[in-house]
Amino acid sequence: MAKFNKKKSGELPAISTASLPDIVFMLLFFFMVATTMRETTLKIENKLPFADQVEKLDKKDLIMYIYIGKPQEAFQGQYGTESRIQLNDKFAELVDIKSFIASERASKREELVPFLTVALKVDENANMGLVSDVKQELRKENALKINYTTKKGDISENR
Amino acid sequence: MAKRSAPEVNAGSMADIAFLLLIFFLVTTTIETDTGLNRRLPPIDDQEVEPPVIRQKNIFTVLINGKNQLMVEEELMELKDLRKAAVEFLDNGGGTGDEACTYCKGKKDPKSSDNPDKAIISLKNERETKYGMYISVQNELVAAYNQLRDRRATELYGISLKEMEANYNDVNWIGNKETLKEKIDRIKVEYPQKLSEVQ
Repeated sequence: MAKFNKKKSGELPAISTASLPDIVFMLLFFFMVATTMRETTLKIENKLPFADQVEKLDKKDLIMYIYIGKPQEAFQGQYGTESRIQLNDKFAELVDIKSFIASERASKREELVPFLTVALKVDENANMGLVSDVKQELRKENALKINYTTKKGDISENR
Repeated sequence: MAKRSAPEVNAGSMADIAFLLLIFFLVTTTIETDTGLNRRLPPIDDQEVEPPVIRQKNIFTVLINGKNQLMVEEELMELKDLRKAAVEFLDNGGGTGDEACTYCKGKKDPKSSDNPDKAIISLKNERETKYGMYISVQNELVAAYNQLRDRRATELYGISLKEMEANYNDVNWIGNKETLKEKIDRIKVEYPQKLSEVQ
């Protein structure tokens, strides 16, 4: 009978892509939740060293970040190739650490000040001389809790 | 009037829009590393305090030079041997009488440290030392302490220190937190982290 057309053989039905947006949205939400926006723009190279005895830093709001490393290529003409300190968004000198710590402390509630931790994000190729100077400066400011930020991994990857 | 049905909105480009957003977030965000080695800097003392007398055998000197070479107790050493050497030194327990260490499993060499409480690791680096090397050494020394503490914790309570600390910080953990804290403190007293840095 003509009413019943025979199904054409060999033709695959089209796969419905209607749920594709859902999948992509799911991925999108995952990334939105799991990642944090970088608060400061790095002007230095910052390749962190590896360590395996690491502890997790909690309480993100109670951390002061000090970055140390070689200026990025765009800034090398102005600042040279020696390791520099970066506080917030700009290059800084050793003497600026004092005011940096003071302003960070002033921005936190008084009872939280003793829990403030300094996270040292130092490039693995930086020299210890500058790091020691920074540590000495922190001791003078009585900011004694520090954390050497490292990636989790084997130490054989350092160098 | 004829009933007009609302035309269906074509949702085919929804995926494109979502992809665009997704790629934007993928590119602009970086997963921040928030792990690291916690340290405490020594406070600056204003008053002149007589430094306590420490016998040479209780000090384990680690020196990193500008060429990233490691010298431990006056001898060149490879980085991979450092952890074992530090464990041997800390766990030596060579003291006698009051200074004896009942839980140490070391060689009891009278020329090495008396007990873990007396044993001090002294770390010195030069200005030219690379930070990566310094972190490697710090990591190995912390690992030596952690290894001994874990061993002691397993011996006493059958659970590693890391798990005990995880339990302590876990809100949902069922058990007495005060006794757990005492246990953790006991291990930290038995193997105190005495790592001094020479400026």
